[in-house]
Amino acid sequence: MNELVDTIMHLALFLIFGGLAVLAALNLLLQRHPINSALSLVVVMMSLAVLYWSLGAEFLAAAQIIVYSGAVMVLFVFVIMLLNAGEEERTKGSKIASIAGFPGAAAIFCLLSFVFLSEGHKLGLSHLGGSLDEATSNISQISSLLFTDLLLPFEVTSILILVAILGAVVLAKKER
Amino acid sequence: MVPISYYLVLAAILFSLGIAAYLVKRNVITIFISIELMLNAVNLTFIAFAHQWNKLNGQIFVFFVMVVAAAEAAVGLAIIIALFRSRQTLNVDQVNLLKG
Repeated sequence: MNELVDTIMHLALFLIFGGLAVLAALNLLLQRHPINSALSLVVVMMSLAVLYWSLGAEFLAAAQIIVYSGAVMVLFVFVIMLLNAGEEERTKGSKIASIAGFPGAAAIFCLLSFVFLSEGHKLGLSHLGGSLDEATSNISQISSLLFTDLLLPFEVTSILILVAILGAVVLAKKER
Repeated sequence: MVPISYYLVLAAILFSLGIAAYLVKRNVITIFISIELMLNAVNLTFIAFAHQWNKLNGQIFVFFVMVVAAAEAAVGLAIIIALFRSRQTLNVDQVNLLKG
């Protein structure tokens, strides 16, 4: 009995937030103004954070909200407002792109979902919340892995961020 | 208990919507936003497979993807600002300097 309630709750969580993500992604595609697209992407990221949490990735759910919808999307909205981007106008190129683009995207979706659904029985079921190791939390597991085995890649990312900061400053600087 | 394949199909839906937006949109900022959508869809598959195999490697991979995406967004938006400064437009059809 308890199992059944668990299953229904998990399925409801998945359907609500998965559906919200799909609707927001459709809204991203259909809106003409870039600020509307950016704000719908924030909705997609928030609902994906809930799904990450339901798959037992608590650290990444928090990082998704803080890094993606907190930092990256604020940067996007900032640039859209800075450049005063208006509604995009339809051009000849965009008609050709939509004639070729929608069937291409639909074909890729059909291929991917055919593979996933036909091989889906070989994959298992997901359990709500963390199922990795009940004794320690997800965050301490990730951090112990990140600071022992993966210390070098972790330090290299700090150099990558430094290079990105320098690149952004040099590129956005006013030319003299 | 939701089958892992449902999560993968959801990621496929988000990825194809990202591809469609990437191809159809003409505004360079919106194209950049759809790249972020595709990155998020792939992150969902990584986390679903990490859950399936009870391994942390997929989550570590998503962590590094997030770091790279943040760096990429900073540099890309700086390029967009530089582009707007020199061409006074955000429409990719009018940015065709390399076209033969």
